[in-house]
Amino acid sequence: MQSQPETLGLWGIAVALAGGAMRGSIPYMFVSLGECLTEKSGKINLGMEVILLMGAVTAFGVSDVTGSPWLGVLAAALVGMTLGALHAWLTQQPSVNDVAAGIAMIIFGSGLAFFFGKRFVAPMAPQLPLIDLGSWSSAGAIRSALRISPLFFIGIALAFALHWIFTRTSWGLKVRAAGDDPQAARALGINVNRVRFIAITIGGALAAIGGAHLTLYFPGIWSEGISGGQGLMAVALVIFAQWSPRRCLAAALLFGGAQALGPSLQSLGVNGYYHLFNASPYLLTLGVMIATCTPHRRLAGMPGALGRK
Amino acid sequence: MKRGEAILVPLGAMIAGLLVFGLFCAALGLNPLAVYASIYKAGFGSWYSWQNTLVRASPLLLCGLCTAIPARAGMIVIGNEGAVVAGGLGAATVGLATLSLPPVLSLTIMALSAMVCGGIWIAFGAALQHYRGVSAVISGLLLNYLAVALMNQLIEGPLRDPSSFNSPASYPLTPDHRLAYFAGTHIHHGLIFGAVACVLAWFLIDRTTFGFAMKIAGGNVRAARLAGLPVGRLVVIAGFLGGACAGLAGMIEVAAVHGRANESLNAGYGYSGILVAFLARQNPLVIVLVSLLTGGLLASGGVLQREHDLPDATIAVLQGILFLFILLSDTLYGRLPFFRSRTPEPKPHAIAA
Repeated sequence: MQSQPETLGLWGIAVALAGGAMRGSIPYMFVSLGECLTEKSGKINLGMEVILLMGAVTAFGVSDVTGSPWLGVLAAALVGMTLGALHAWLTQQPSVNDVAAGIAMIIFGSGLAFFFGKRFVAPMAPQLPLIDLGSWSSAGAIRSALRISPLFFIGIALAFALHWIFTRTSWGLKVRAAGDDPQAARALGINVNRVRFIAITIGGALAAIGGAHLTLYFPGIWSEGISGGQGLMAVALVIFAQWSPRRCLAAALLFGGAQALGPSLQSLGVNGYYHLFNASPYLLTLGVMIATCTPHRRLAGMPGALGRK
Repeated sequence: MKRGEAILVPLGAMIAGLLVFGLFCAALGLNPLAVYASIYKAGFGSWYSWQNTLVRASPLLLCGLCTAIPARAGMIVIGNEGAVVAGGLGAATVGLATLSLPPVLSLTIMALSAMVCGGIWIAFGAALQHYRGVSAVISGLLLNYLAVALMNQLIEGPLRDPSSFNSPASYPLTPDHRLAYFAGTHIHHGLIFGAVACVLAWFLIDRTTFGFAMKIAGGNVRAARLAGLPVGRLVVIAGFLGGACAGLAGMIEVAAVHGRANESLNAGYGYSGILVAFLARQNPLVIVLVSLLTGGLLASGGVLQREHDLPDATIAVLQGILFLFILLSDTLYGRLPFFRSRTPEPKPHAIAA
């Protein structure tokens, strides 16, 4: 592994980074698309981090027990739906706000994930099959860098599908109406609570699929720190992406790349500040938030009634 | 709000939470009553277990304040864990640098350093929310990750004790530079810090103009601005005070419990502190009571593992369930029939009729 960048030169590093960005972007992609759908309906789900975690542990367990990684993905999605539905139900109670419900879900969900995670001592669960993008190349390093999980392509398709749903379907219009002005939406006869419930539930399912990637892709092991704040960063990323599914895709790739930076530098022999380099995605997120947020005017693309009943 | 309601609703929520936790245990094939009994025995059953509970309650008191004080100024702080770690690192660094000074002086400097580090940690998030509109919840959690990264960098780098092989740790403090224990117990003096901080916080919030100004800023920003209050400064100071408490919790963990900075700083007291503050409805005096209860729960983790073969995350599940019920109980205020006011409500149409 150490000699790869030297033998391939800068081109090799670029391919390794691109491959790393594609791999690393998958959790960001699914969570940010799920959060995008949730927030478009006017609700915030801060608990995406634990939905990611629960998705990861569920996918690991189911894949390990049944031997089928795709069943693991499905089970993760179902668990994500359940948690999303719980969040939706909580936030629709009078005098419960989205942020407090999110905090409650974070504490509840992480406890649950750690509880069930303790039982999975198997070193590795069956993993998802990979797609070879680098078969054109004779260099082994490039081929291994470009072995991409099918979830990557599903995520891309999903982003465009979500964009199409928002702009071209009546349900998408209902979601946007519920998020921009629930009063007006109710006046038009839209069942705002039901639309939001469905949006948050599907959003949870998407986020959990992102979690499934964490345990069903190399090295395919479960640990309590496996999500490492990616769900949280993906929530922040939606602001940066201005609530547009296609921009979420681009932002996810950017964050995936930032995440690949630490390990890439380490493979070049720069490992003096290992922990600080690994913290670069958090710094990047914080920087992006500081740059994009503003207390005075409304943010570009923000649903009008975000976080309100 | 009626006083009876303010006590009964959270109490009811806790009981409901415990019942659901019992169902969870039953679903795992355990006898819920036996699990409750173990928790009670490990947390409150004997003087020995009370000591364990009190040791855990000390950081909880301070971590609860970290959420409760800024909450009065309208800021939801959940970056407690990061502030604990930052405070612990500040204390350890300064403590190791002042080993040549008299212990009392060194410990004082450690406490101050921890409070400044924790305070800045939370005040930064509060300032970001107020001046830049960055959600304090998101920035707080991000800062938690950054604090842990900083800690790992320090305890595996410049502060590392070469004799700590498996789990990296900083150099230890000398025994005389550690916080003392109450005679004949294993309860350290950090408990005093926590209790005094709660009383001070209550005094600040309920008995001073600063506390009153904070409450106005937290209740209605526009009204506070019209009254000429410096809302931004109030929010940032409230954040600093809260963070200073959590930082102090980090200091007592370093100076009393572990004697050095290591990964135990990141043991979850910050997250439990959020639960404590919400259970106490952000009231500093109630935090004392709730910290004891929560401390008892945390103390029972090991016993649950030994007696019922439950993983230590079981207590985290219980905390999560309690949090959900506390949140849900908010919807009950003013809706319980026996707390409705006895005097009939004035009828708006009486005059027209």
